[in-house]
This record gives sequence, structure tokens and C-alpha cells, in this order.
Amino acid sequence: MDERSPDPPTRRLVLFGAAGSGLALYAPPAAASPAAMDEAIRALVGEATVKRGRVKLELPPIVENGNTVPLTVTVDSPMNEADHVSAIHIFNEKNPQPYVAAFGLGPQAGRAAVSTRIRLADSQQVVAIARLSDGSFWSDSADVIVTLAACAEG
Amino acid sequence: MARVLINLPARARRGEIIEIKTLIAHPMETGYRLGPTGAAIPRDIINRFLCTYNGEEVFRTDLFPAIAANPFIAFFTVAAESGEIVFSWTDDHGETQTEVRQITVE
Repeated sequence: MDERSPDPPTRRLVLFGAAGSGLALYAPPAAASPAAMDEAIRALVGEATVKRGRVKLELPPIVENGNTVPLTVTVDSPMNEADHVSAIHIFNEKNPQPYVAAFGLGPQAGRAAVSTRIRLADSQQVVAIARLSDGSFWSDSADVIVTLAACAEG
Repeated sequence: MARVLINLPARARRGEIIEIKTLIAHPMETGYRLGPTGAAIPRDIINRFLCTYNGEEVFRTDLFPAIAANPFIAFFTVAAESGEIVFSWTDDHGETQTEVRQITVE
């Protein structure tokens, strides 16, 4: 419960955005790249390996409106004192920032499942990473095709 | 203050896992959109959501601009004791909106 996600690299993104806006009347914001997402994930997990499995990330495969995309993450965990999920982090590849959300939970949750609604700027891969009480990380990913991107209305 | 919808059962059996759904009216301005003059509209989002149950933190969320407008968050908790469930949302200006709901556990 005491884990906070690191602050996103906003200054860099602001500088990128400022450089872009001088070039065109409508300049789409600089997008996070898959590399930026990997970097953000690395900052979260450190040297630990991220295993696939136990986590289930549910997103619609095709969304018409990227401004509001339902997302559900469930983690297979008994959620007791000895073995529970302590945090769930969501990352994306192509939004301006790689972070989407970070949820902090504990054994008092009873069930490791969270739902929210997110924005997607483009068709891309979304990654969910769960940190368990034993310090291990588990992940799942989902590919989403977006027909109307978020932020497109300018 | 912003309009809030909170859905949770008023009564629950002891030890039952209940789902709590929350929604708050907020534009979640990303800071990446450009206004009519071509200047970026300043970022204004809710960046923190916290839920406490009888004073104990049971769930929290760090929100980023990629969360859709009018943030919806649903999660689970174990109904342990009768009492208060407190929800608070904090925005970029440091303002916090707090809502309290009662639950009866039998």
C-alpha cells in the first residue's frame, strides 16, 4: 500500500510539445514510444523480471472512441495477508505519457480487480503490471485498435 | 463542487466482498490539447483517489492524463465492520473533495 508510482517525465514531454507547436498550426503532442514505455516499466520494476500470467487485462479489441475506453484488470490471487496484490500499474505505448494509472490495494480488497475508463491516442498495446506482496511482478498486455483517437478534436 | 456518483451496497454480510463503483464529474484536461489561440490548455486533472474504511486505507489510485474525463473507478473491498467509507479525490490545485457513505455489516 505504501508504493507510489514515480513521477512521470513531464518536463521532457513539455519541451517536446513546445518544440512541436511552433512548427504547425495543429501539432499533435509528442507520443510516448514503446521505448518510453519500456523505460517507465523498468523504472517501476527495477532489476526484477516481469513474468506473464496471473494478470488478466480486459480491453475491447476495437474501440470507436479513444476518449473513453473501458479497462478492467483482474489478478489471480488469494488476497490474504501472506499473498496479495499490492499494486497494479497500467502503461501504454503511444499516448503522450507512458503512464495510465496506478492502483494501490491490499488484502482488505478481497478480490484483486479494478475497472476504470482510459484515453487512447492511437491504436496501440496497453500493458498491466501487478506487484505482489512477495515482490514479484506479473503482467498482461492487450492490443487495441482505435478508430477515433483521443485528443483528435484538438 | 463536482457531482459524484458512488454505488455500494447499504448492507452486507460480515466478510462479504463488495464492489464499490465511483464516478466524479471532472474534465480531466490533459494539458496536451490546444485552445482556440493555439496555446496548450493547462493541465487540470484529478491525480489522486483515496478510499478509507473506518479510517483505514483500503484502496488508492494515482491518475494520469490518460484517464478519461469524469473518472470512473471500480474496486472491491471486504465488508468487515459497520461504519464509514470515505472517498476523496484530489486535483492538480491540491483541492480535495470528500464523500462519506455508511455501510451496515451484519
